Amino acid sequence: MASVSIRVYCWETMTAPPLLQLESLTRSFPGIVASNQIDLTVGQGTIHALLGENGAGKSTLVKLIYGALRPDSGRMWFDGRPYAPANPAAARATGVGMVFQHFSLFEAMTVAENIAVALPADLAGSDLPDRIRDVSASYGLVLDPFSRVDQLSVGERQRVEIVRCLLQSPRLIIMDEPTSVLTPGEVERLFTVLRKLRDEGRSILYISHKLGEIRNLCSHATILRRGRVVGTCDPGAETPESLAEMMIGNAVRRHIRKVQEPGAVRLSIDHLTLPAATEFGVSLKDISLDVRAGEIIGIAGVAGNGQDELMAALIGERRTATPDAISLDGAPVGNLGPTRRRAMGMAFVPEERLGHGAAAAMSLTENTLISARGRRRLARRGLLDFGAAKRFAAEIVSAFNVATTAVTRQAGSLSGGNLQKFVIGREILQEPTVLIAAQPTWGVDAKSAAEIHAALDQLARAGAAILIISQDLDELLSISDRFAVLAGGTLSAPRTSADVTVTEIGMLMGGAAREQQDDAA
Amino acid sequence: MIRLERRPETSRAMLWLTPVLALVLTILVGMVLFAMLGKDPLQTVAVIFVSPFSDLYNLSELLVKATPLILIAIGLSLGFRAGIWNIGAEGQFTIGALAGGAVGLAFHGTDSLWLMPLMWITGCAAGMAWAAIPAFLRTRFGANEILVSLMLVYVATLLLSAMVTGPLRDPDGFNFPESRLFEGSAAMPLLMEGTRAHIGFFAALVAAFMAWLLLGRHVVGFQIRLLGEAPRAARFAGFVEARVIWFCLLVSGGLAGLAGLFEATGPVGQLVPSLPVGYGFTAIIVAFLGRLNPLGIIIAGFVMAVTYLGGEAAEITMQLPNAVTAVFQGLLLFFLLGMDVLSTYRFRLRRRVRAAT
Amino acid sequence: MELAVNIILGMMLAATPLLFAATGELVVERAGVLNLGVEGMMVIGAVAGFIVTAESGSHLAGITGAAIAGAAMALLFGLMTQVLLANQVASGLALTIFGLGLSALLGSGYSGLSIPALARIEIPLLADIPFFGPLLFRHEPMFYLSILLLVLTGWFLTRTRAGLILKAVGENHDAAHAIGHPVVLIRLLALAWGGALAGLGGAYLSIARTPLWSEEMTAGRGWIALAIVVFAGWRPNRALLGAYLFGGVTILQLHVQGLGIAIPSQYLSMLPYLVTIAVLVAISASPSRAMLRAPGSLGRTFHAQG
Repeated sequence: MASVSIRVYCWETMTAPPLLQLESLTRSFPGIVASNQIDLTVGQGTIHALLGENGAGKSTLVKLIYGALRPDSGRMWFDGRPYAPANPAAARATGVGMVFQHFSLFEAMTVAENIAVALPADLAGSDLPDRIRDVSASYGLVLDPFSRVDQLSVGERQRVEIVRCLLQSPRLIIMDEPTSVLTPGEVERLFTVLRKLRDEGRSILYISHKLGEIRNLCSHATILRRGRVVGTCDPGAETPESLAEMMIGNAVRRHIRKVQEPGAVRLSIDHLTLPAATEFGVSLKDISLDVRAGEIIGIAGVAGNGQDELMAALIGERRTATPDAISLDGAPVGNLGPTRRRAMGMAFVPEERLGHGAAAAMSLTENTLISARGRRRLARRGLLDFGAAKRFAAEIVSAFNVATTAVTRQAGSLSGGNLQKFVIGREILQEPTVLIAAQPTWGVDAKSAAEIHAALDQLARAGAAILIISQDLDELLSISDRFAVLAGGTLSAPRTSADVTVTEIGMLMGGAAREQQDDAA
Repeated sequence: MIRLERRPETSRAMLWLTPVLALVLTILVGMVLFAMLGKDPLQTVAVIFVSPFSDLYNLSELLVKATPLILIAIGLSLGFRAGIWNIGAEGQFTIGALAGGAVGLAFHGTDSLWLMPLMWITGCAAGMAWAAIPAFLRTRFGANEILVSLMLVYVATLLLSAMVTGPLRDPDGFNFPESRLFEGSAAMPLLMEGTRAHIGFFAALVAAFMAWLLLGRHVVGFQIRLLGEAPRAARFAGFVEARVIWFCLLVSGGLAGLAGLFEATGPVGQLVPSLPVGYGFTAIIVAFLGRLNPLGIIIAGFVMAVTYLGGEAAEITMQLPNAVTAVFQGLLLFFLLGMDVLSTYRFRLRRRVRAAT
Repeated sequence: MELAVNIILGMMLAATPLLFAATGELVVERAGVLNLGVEGMMVIGAVAGFIVTAESGSHLAGITGAAIAGAAMALLFGLMTQVLLANQVASGLALTIFGLGLSALLGSGYSGLSIPALARIEIPLLADIPFFGPLLFRHEPMFYLSILLLVLTGWFLTRTRAGLILKAVGENHDAAHAIGHPVVLIRLLALAWGGALAGLGGAYLSIARTPLWSEEMTAGRGWIALAIVVFAGWRPNRALLGAYLFGGVTILQLHVQGLGIAIPSQYLSMLPYLVTIAVLVAISASPSRAMLRAPGSLGRTFHAQG
């Protein structure tokens, strides 16, 4: 008897297929190959990291695995059998579950109701609250099935998403940037849950860019860069530096800007504290930063760490409690609105070009009126000067190489890159003394991005003070003189870009959570 | 399968074509309706659309009907562009008539050139005050202006009734619930003797022109348009939403109040409980039919006036019920809204591009 | 005593059409759609119910016809707003204007006619209880129907899976779509229900309350029903309270006159509308009271991308 079972055991370990296998998976969109011949193998009972910067192709790959997108070519296997889900429901039925980064929950409903809506009818019986309690208890994910979601903290909401996923008995669980919204304590609790799931024989595909966590948690890692797999490894055996190198590439883009002597302080942020505007918002805590004439300062950080709030405070869409929390050339502007700030020489490029920086259904000419009424004298005593606006729009189009047939075209008809050039051009041509831009080259093609960077550099040389908020570390390193990291609403001390090492990059990329973890330890 | 796909750019051609298409469809459906009621469809359509132009008096009546419609619709169109829904123009119309008319009645018997302008100002101000209520409640408390302004319509109508049966009743009127007639310097100056058309028509044209200037050339007009198109961009531009709300509601209230005053002291000639006949609601149709554009509204106002007069003519000559007009107008709005989708979206055949491998 | 019974009875009867319409619109708004055309659907139901009863001689046929007519109007609105993506506010107004006109047109041959009144159902024994008997157990069928439908709606929303999914659609239509629920279909069904009930509310006026038809006999009740839905915080049990409150205010003005208070009737008639405004302000001013939150997707257009 014993010998038979040993033989069976050996046979199983030798021939157990990987849980998930991808072969040459490819998927393109107009203008970009998001996933390029991707090979990936996730074993049984492992926590496998999917590592890469923003734009590396992680989310497209995951949508392919989850059935939200279909590949152009390539094949997938699940548990040794061909796997090609037509939609997420089919993926769930096969045993693939996903916990999204941005939760899709129903605020006014209870935990139990939220879960019931997402489960197929046969699983959402009257015993659901008890099953929720069982799952919560066995994984240490404390949840009261009858509490309303809008009363829950972000960490608790994530638990709802996880329990929702677990109740469908997944074999593979995909977690997308799960710790970006968690406190250090919650991160540890999450890891305990994940390890328990692994020990049960399930596998987890853990998407993140946080090197510290990945080294802590994952036994395997696949690294993506620009849509391709550039390496696989055991993160525990690597150092943060080597991981960072694989992620960013050996040729770390060196700082290309020649530092010039910065002039007087133009923009001064002094102990800026601002409470979060919404439940999901982040409070700004005691932020201080000076930006001098002629210099470009970058603010790095993963989205959701206070960038939106900081931008709103700088633009003037939100006023500060103390007027001198933000000063321009010594004059307090914290209590002034955007129009007054623009009159004093500030210009802004918000993150969202359509809907915030520009109006899609209005012409380029009309879009100049949004921010340039004062400095380009497009409105005098209330009356708009359309001739001047049209000339200004034409000037922007020609100076910044905006590909469009006419300035009478609607802004929404321009491609992302061209519209971004227009919006930035609109601000730069107003000759501001201070320019603040958020994500200036997000979603922009390489050529346009280069043109934008050149224009920003030129503006700084002309004496303006520039502040760039960006998630793209590459960008910040190449065009900023100094940069600081925004994490959880606090700003680190600025470091000189030219001196930053790969180690520090790695620290920064996984930095915030790791530093927080260290604090919590 | 056929799907709706957003156009990259709003189709200008469609914007101007859809009202015409909607009108054509309404006429077609209307003809079916007439046939079902046992009337000759072609003849009925001819009566509705031709008879208003048949003689000078009818043409003057077109002006009478078009004036309040255009005046009110111009005011409404500003708010609608910004997403501010003043549905209570009928109430502001009534209050304007009531307040301005009361002033006129207070000075009954006096003969002064200043009385009429004073009544105009009072009517306009009263309409503005009535619209200030939803403006205040919206900006201060976030209360939905649709329901507030609508409730105030009923309050206004009841107030008019109370006043006309009480303090403002004609003492020589045998106890009928109506006020004295507006005569002499309290009556609206006419455009043409022997007709009811009055100089209020010029006010409508002036209002349309001012709205055109405002929307096209003034910062406030730009604020209105931007708030409707892209509220976040409006805040980014430094525009304050509350100010736009106040502006749009006050302007539309004032114009509606003025229209009411004109109507009471002009064509109707006195204050009666049945003064509000629905111009405030029909003006909503006029605003949409005119694409929220001042020139379009002038045209749409006349089109609506034709349906009013034509409907009345059809009622008399073809024995059609009066309600036909309202049905027509409702259908017109329906078709317009239904076809509106074609300006922003287009129909596309979607084929399954990829098969899972 | 007699007077008290009469007043309360009057209140209940005045509240009934409001209750029908509010119950229907409540479901519609829980699904995330704002249908301002309630007044139009009610008046169409009134005329349809009257005509069908007059022609067929059967009250049941009339009531059914009213429900169908109301549902048809609502589906027209649904076509415009859910399929053709038209603006919800304008479409609702169009529905009201069209409904008022169409009902006047269809009913023009019937004004002045009368139909046999709807017989009361007297529940034996219970109807003889002093005070409560005439109050609760001696009504015509539509009254009982209104309460039944309210209870049914409450049960549907709180205890069934379908009701849960409907609420989810109203709360966050994008999330519901991502999960795979048919948002447009659910909304159309909700609209049909809302239209049917509004139609019944109108039919109550023309069949049960006064067996007569007159133009615009709904007199703004559809708009008050919309206010009741807000007042009720989108919950059926509070809708009952709201309907009775507004019904009560309407009745009050009739009786105050009888009590010899010398206020012109018009001012008293204003009360329901003024109270509605006050309630709207009170609710809007404290949105943090989670219980009274509007469904998250209310009034927003849903367009499935891809």
